[in-house]
Amino acid sequence: MKDILQELHDRRENARLGGGQRRIDSQHAKGKLTARERIELLLDEGSFEEYDTFVAHRCTDFGMEDNRPYGDGVVTGWGTINGRMVYVFSQDFTVLGGSVSATHAAKICKVMDMAMQNGAPIIGLNDSGGARIQEGVDALAGYAEIFQRNIMASGVIPQISVIMGPCAGGAVYSPAMTDFIFMVKDSSYMFVTGPDVVKTVTNEVVTAEELGGASTHTKKSSVADGAFENDVEALAEVRRLVDYLPLNNREKPPVRPFFDDVDRIETSLDTLIPENPNMPYDMKELIAKVADEGDFYEIQKDFAGNILTGFIRLEGQTVGVVANQPMVLAGCLDIDSSRKAARFVRFCDCFEIPILTLVDVPGFLPGTSQEYGGVIKHGAKLLFAYGEATVPKVTVITRKAYGGAYDVMASKHLRGDVNYAWPTAEIAVMGAKGATEIIHRADLGDAEKIAAHTAEYEDRFANPFVAAERGFIDEVIQPKSTRRRVSRAFAMLRGKQLTNPWKKHDNIPL
Amino acid sequence: MFDKILIANRGEIACRVIKTARKMGIKTVAVYSDADKQALHVQMADEAIHIGPPQANQSYIVIDKIMDAVRQSGAQAVHPGYGFLSENAKFAEALAAEGVAFVGPPVGAIESMGDKITSKKIAQEAKVSTVPGYMGLIEDADEAVKISNEVGYPVMLKASAGGGGKGMRIAWNDEEAREGFQSSKNEAANSFGDDRIFIEKFVTQPRHIEIQVLCDAHGNGIYLNERECSIQRRQQKVVEEAPSPFLDAETRKAMGEQSVALAKAVGYASAGTVEFIVDGDRNFYFLEMNTRLQVEHPVTELITGVDLVEQMIRVANGEPLSITQDDVQLNGWAIENRLYAEDPYRGFLPSIGRLTRYRPPAEVAAGLLLENDKWQGDAPAGKYAVRNDTGVYEGGEISMYYDPMIAKLCTWGPTRDEAIEEMRIALDSFEVEGIGHNLPFLSAVMDHPVFIKGEMTTAFIEEQYPDGFQGVTLADAELRRVAAAAAAMNRVSEIRRARVSGRLDNHERVVGSEWNVALQDQAFDVTIEADQQGSTVRFADGGELRVEGDWTPGDSLARMTVDGAPLVIKVDKITQGFRMRSRGADLKVHVRSPRQAELAKLMPEKLPPDTSKMLLCPMPGLIVNVNVAEGDEVEDGQALCTVEAMKMENILRAEKKGVVSKINAAAGDSLAVDDVIMEFE
Repeated sequence: MKDILQELHDRRENARLGGGQRRIDSQHAKGKLTARERIELLLDEGSFEEYDTFVAHRCTDFGMEDNRPYGDGVVTGWGTINGRMVYVFSQDFTVLGGSVSATHAAKICKVMDMAMQNGAPIIGLNDSGGARIQEGVDALAGYAEIFQRNIMASGVIPQISVIMGPCAGGAVYSPAMTDFIFMVKDSSYMFVTGPDVVKTVTNEVVTAEELGGASTHTKKSSVADGAFENDVEALAEVRRLVDYLPLNNREKPPVRPFFDDVDRIETSLDTLIPENPNMPYDMKELIAKVADEGDFYEIQKDFAGNILTGFIRLEGQTVGVVANQPMVLAGCLDIDSSRKAARFVRFCDCFEIPILTLVDVPGFLPGTSQEYGGVIKHGAKLLFAYGEATVPKVTVITRKAYGGAYDVMASKHLRGDVNYAWPTAEIAVMGAKGATEIIHRADLGDAEKIAAHTAEYEDRFANPFVAAERGFIDEVIQPKSTRRRVSRAFAMLRGKQLTNPWKKHDNIPL
Repeated sequence: MFDKILIANRGEIACRVIKTARKMGIKTVAVYSDADKQALHVQMADEAIHIGPPQANQSYIVIDKIMDAVRQSGAQAVHPGYGFLSENAKFAEALAAEGVAFVGPPVGAIESMGDKITSKKIAQEAKVSTVPGYMGLIEDADEAVKISNEVGYPVMLKASAGGGGKGMRIAWNDEEAREGFQSSKNEAANSFGDDRIFIEKFVTQPRHIEIQVLCDAHGNGIYLNERECSIQRRQQKVVEEAPSPFLDAETRKAMGEQSVALAKAVGYASAGTVEFIVDGDRNFYFLEMNTRLQVEHPVTELITGVDLVEQMIRVANGEPLSITQDDVQLNGWAIENRLYAEDPYRGFLPSIGRLTRYRPPAEVAAGLLLENDKWQGDAPAGKYAVRNDTGVYEGGEISMYYDPMIAKLCTWGPTRDEAIEEMRIALDSFEVEGIGHNLPFLSAVMDHPVFIKGEMTTAFIEEQYPDGFQGVTLADAELRRVAAAAAAMNRVSEIRRARVSGRLDNHERVVGSEWNVALQDQAFDVTIEADQQGSTVRFADGGELRVEGDWTPGDSLARMTVDGAPLVIKVDKITQGFRMRSRGADLKVHVRSPRQAELAKLMPEKLPPDTSKMLLCPMPGLIVNVNVAEGDEVEDGQALCTVEAMKMENILRAEKKGVVSKINAAAGDSLAVDDVIMEFE
């Protein structure tokens, strides 16, 4: 018996060493941690249960039969994050470059199936050279098996990808279909075709970092939802995100003990809106002053800054926030901001996370680049996402809510449960100046008359009361009491039940 | 007594005057410019009158506009505060012409003290000690030596047309006087085309100490002791205190009596301040007299228990002084720190914007002001006093039009040490966000050994901070206190996190007791043992600290006691730890489990990019135009681009000669702070 135990011990030690000390050192030299070290940081101390430790590949071509390391380049299993269950796979770059074989893929599929069946998030830590060429079509089949599971799991359990090394070629499409992608600055990259192929095909000279580094994907492509300085920070922040998310779509979002007064009055919000309607202000201040403890987990903060998306807590419970940001492009909607917010709204709706919408939107961004880029369909995505969402939806209009953009931003007409407006709100078809110039076209030459008409229009329409008279605004509230009003609204909506008509699935304008 | 008083000022001093007027049952009228519509003084006053555009020269200092407001409101008296029209004789005359009382001295006193030469003459006639010197022109080196001996070494030889240190020499003996005369004469001739030289006593180790006087219109005058205002930055006072740690009773009396003599000589009737320069041997010399309420008057009020604004109003109303010199007390010690909206890390550049957070420390009443029933607010009584004279509020806007001073924080204690310690805690408790401000610098001064010993001179800041202010590095003992607090606070945070709903029953996360606290390039391994009252934090390298406090996650201010001594920290959450600000230090504190710390050590250190060859956007704004192209050679001071922020166009100029290697922004781009606009070779 003793020998057998020793044998198990030895085999485990062997597996734990992955690709050996030399490769571990080389991984460290690159500023990267090993697959197992990453899992240690991701999960509660001592909570990891590893499966398939001894899985090895079955490839016999190209001399592969002589190199069959334990684990086959990926560490899989489950553990807890602050006591809540998650499944995890972590690719091991020290073992055959973390390349994906049939068995490597099968390990990932196994934990994905478990995650689906048992209702817990799956977190993938990606660090792989790509498909294992020696396995040929078997590796491709492996990828596809993973893809299919990503698709089936979408909307059932949260799926989070962390790119912590290379992720190239077909491999990118698994993270691409998960809910969130995070990257590590300077040590990770993602692209469909690498710099060499790019050079050959298009003659473009580009570095891997420029083509698919963290900066590219968080600022330009919006493929990634966030980037962190290093492995340690990235994994700590993923833990923080998981604290906000329900384990699956049958569960309510988590509630955490909180130390903030629900009735907290913020008198400074009464002066948040500048006197000059063309002056920006920072919507993040409102978010911070409404949220429990001022805590805001921002998603895609480096992309389409004209809209803010992320998670806060109210009374300890997760709430998704979508907010126009007047500091960037006056907070208008455009292709990028519509896409960004639409995806976020749909995530929240999948997982029963209530949505708080803060509105200060002058309209859609005009221009050929927007029209040629298809702003009609992209804008429709956000409209569609809000309209189909059945989670509690509370909206606060702080200032401008003009035109079609007003409709889009979780208005009462899109089944918004509670629409509040600040006294500074202007719910109108457009700004006073533009409206006057259309209505009083005949007086266009007469600046004095136009000014008088504008003042008249402002007086009549640049306020929340026209909408309030019609019941489009449920109540005009004092800015300083926003936290209390919004918290109470969500409390009132805790029992909300709303179901969309049966359909196979909708046909959102993609 | 007056029924209604108008305050021809803004900001904290307007609020200060309103408080006393209200206490005296006098109605108050505020005036405000466009920029001050929502200002605190407007909210506090019984009525408010709009007087024009933001620029002071089109509103607050336009006599006609103030006079219109006086007429409109029917105010019987005007308090001018300080600055603006406070020392403007024409304004006092205009008020007198309409029979409105000016809460300040008579016109004659303003005029005679307003002129440097006249005031010095009057001072000499009133036997006030002035800086000895020879005002006539000096023929040759021999005469220079003779006069220097009469004045007494050290002396300063000054070009009469001089400025900027040119044509200036200090001489400690005959030889130096001879040499200095010749060289400053030559330099003056070359620099100014005017080689006239005069000689003045050179004051060594100069301190700025001033006497508060109070006179009525019936010939009574008293002095209310001194204020030490040596800590200044470019003629701007930063820290003041009363009494001075340097004066003895004899000097105080001499200075006080001379000051009263001067005030009487000009028929003074109000509160006024006589400024002196005092050398290392306690010789004092008259500088000038300020014929108004001084910014730093609260420290005098705190040690004497006299409400100076009340006295000014009573004197203006023709009442005789109710206190005699014998009634004037000197009780305890008061310190004032001026809070400026200036970023100490950016060369004290004025900072404007929205005060997203503004939470001054709670006011506490103590000392004579409390006993005399003269406390301004409804602050609770305590052993030490904390007073904050302010003109701003959370959510208010700091505009670029006015003085960047936004508050005066004062503490009082029975002794100087206690007053300083109270100030340290008050500064740490003062929450100001949204703008750059000098709180860290003030904290640094309060912990500076030269200040603690009371040995500062007017050169304190330039001597102690020759390269500006780079922040504070905490000494080991203080660092450990912060580390212990961080460990205890992190434990509370982590336990809360582990109590989220949806846990796997019986498999909950157990928060450990061993932690590694990394801050300020140091790391401490600690073990925490917690009980009902707090935590005991044991350091692996020896020693333990007891941490107590009622901090809960999310609180932006942690009021802890570490080993029985208070430690107040401003706290923001960062990944795996906190940003902690205390005692002028701004620290990123990481609290990690031993294993996390071990792995964190493997992470590469990422140095911030070298920005010395870049032009960074100094504020969020819109690029209006870029004046240069890639490859251009630029000269020192050449305009590089224009950034529009807050509707103001700011021209950014080259700091040195160079070649533009890359331009990252174009006209129309909207940039954030520190975005790279262009790079140089």
